[in-house]
Amino acid sequence: MRRFPWMLLGFVLLAAYPAIPGLNEGIRGTIDTSLGARLTTLFVYGMLALGLHLIVGLTGMFHLGIGAFFGIGAFVTGIVMVKDPSYPFSWPFWVAIPLSGGIAAVVGVMLSGPTLRLRGDYLALVTLGFGEVIRYTLRNLSEITGGTRTLSPAAPDFPGFKPDQWNSGFEMQYVFCLLALFITWVLVGNLERSRLGRAWVAMREDELAASCMGLNIARLKLAAFALGCFIAGMAGSILAFQQGNTADPDFYGFNTSINTLSCLILGGLGSRNGVLLGVFLLFGFDRLFADLLDNIIRSSFRIESWYLKFAFWKMGVFGLALILFMRFRPSGLLSSSREVHSPAAPAVPEAAK
Amino acid sequence: MLQCGIDGLTGGMLYAIIALGYTMVYGIVELINFAHGDLFMLGCFFGLTLLSVLGLNTPDPSTAMVFVGIALMFLLTPIFCAAVNLGVDRLIYKPLRNAPKLTSLVSAIGVSFVFMNLGQFWSGMLPEADGRSVQAASDRSFPGLIPADNLLDGPIRFTSRDLLVVAITIPIMVALTAFVRFTSMGKAMRATAQNPTAARLMGIDVDRVISMTFLIGGALAGVASIIYCLTITRIGYTVGFQNGLYAFTAAVLGGIGNIPGAVLGGLLIGVIRAIGDAYVGSAWSSALVFLILILILVFRPTGLLGTNAREKV
Repeated sequence: MRRFPWMLLGFVLLAAYPAIPGLNEGIRGTIDTSLGARLTTLFVYGMLALGLHLIVGLTGMFHLGIGAFFGIGAFVTGIVMVKDPSYPFSWPFWVAIPLSGGIAAVVGVMLSGPTLRLRGDYLALVTLGFGEVIRYTLRNLSEITGGTRTLSPAAPDFPGFKPDQWNSGFEMQYVFCLLALFITWVLVGNLERSRLGRAWVAMREDELAASCMGLNIARLKLAAFALGCFIAGMAGSILAFQQGNTADPDFYGFNTSINTLSCLILGGLGSRNGVLLGVFLLFGFDRLFADLLDNIIRSSFRIESWYLKFAFWKMGVFGLALILFMRFRPSGLLSSSREVHSPAAPAVPEAAK
Repeated sequence: MLQCGIDGLTGGMLYAIIALGYTMVYGIVELINFAHGDLFMLGCFFGLTLLSVLGLNTPDPSTAMVFVGIALMFLLTPIFCAAVNLGVDRLIYKPLRNAPKLTSLVSAIGVSFVFMNLGQFWSGMLPEADGRSVQAASDRSFPGLIPADNLLDGPIRFTSRDLLVVAITIPIMVALTAFVRFTSMGKAMRATAQNPTAARLMGIDVDRVISMTFLIGGALAGVASIIYCLTITRIGYTVGFQNGLYAFTAAVLGGIGNIPGAVLGGLLIGVIRAIGDAYVGSAWSSALVFLILILILVFRPTGLLGTNAREKV
């Protein structure tokens, strides 16, 4: 029996959301936030997490600097699309999005090339350090990147739509980002089942055995880096459109990287659907539910102290969730159909304790 | 250039002391203890609280009280940090000892988030010296109990704060080296780092060794936090992340798990930063540190003093 397509149902429901007249306005009336706009941000994070999924989830390389590639995408889009006479580009959005992904991929390959022989903790540290280098570069090269002033890319102009329609309501952004996420989700799924994806999984499970079977480990790793960073760069580009600016370079630092990685772990490392579930739980909690709970607490208890706000304890709750997950369900909510970790062989036999 | 050397070495000693905590824990349980930097941050707030309790948070405390206060801080903060570190190990890392490496690493990241949130709360709960309350997220000033006056005549600056750093860290490093080299506990630690199973079979109480490692690492973080408070005099809930990252880099640079390597890495990072500040611009010096880290790891993947362990098949 085929399994029920829960994910497709989810996408259809999400796609139907803006089509129901008055729903977003109604929700805005009760919770004081535009649910549609918040969801749009989640779609972009979903794309970013799917990019990281290729590198960490499928290939098993521990990457702690995905935020940097998100940032590269956003800033490339900012540079080639900003409406500023001192920037000579002003290219259309359909050039900017793949270009952002492409440049992020090139940078990713440049980084991964020399680091292929590093593994585990060392690779984690190099990607983390590289992420910091990129963050400082984006901030310090402010003549080009705008630095903390940020750049505002022009709104994408789709044929048949008025150019100001992008910013007039949430619907157009919502549909565009959802579509982008859906396409990425489908492509990543196909990639997983392809020859390349199966080779990645083989390598993740046992690098030595995979290379003995004739797989070219270096090329597989490069491909994972390139494709993952490509998706992350495109997600960054779309983020820049969606936010209307490139955001502070500090946003693309360690925090975003680690939050994205946590989505993967929470949802189930190696599972494409788990990744999206993780994004919705984690970033949804961060961007939506925490504020929502605060609204409820404030309106029902009339508490104003800064430390009795739920938003203040977000980080701690999040950390606690990670700890508890690792303790009681380390393979995540939806663990991948193929075993991610070989069942942990105890380093010390039970009898020796 | 000489000035860079002095600034870099004193700054680097701080990183070295934090890095020792990373490297010792990694050497024994192969865990990158992401929460170590944030433990250091909690130590800073513990120190500040201690000062408020002692009434040293005023503009002009008496010299005798300053001495008592500094001595108490150096005594109690390491105890506090060591206890917290041990508690976290018992409660959180110990059940995961046999789990895949990623599992404990992620819970360490979780602990780090919890610590940061607690630090933010702590920062907001401590009123300023004049009784004003503060924004929880903003930096706090720490009373400059030790004056920053130059001890040398001439253009080279070597302040009494620099002297404090040297006077505290060097004896600690010597003592630690002697401890690991000459005591039976130190010997047990080295054996456990080499091969925990074999160490257990030889009758070494591995659990005790691990507890001891977390205790020492935590105490070192406590010492580092007081040095940081007294020399930098500005603390905030993010200092753990920033300095932890440098210290962690230092540990890896020297070869993670290697005690002299951590000291070497710390000093190197201090000097690189000082040179970067002086010649490239302070906005770039952090980027420079990570760039050099990447280069070193590319050419020596196990760090400067790390041994090239063959992958077990």
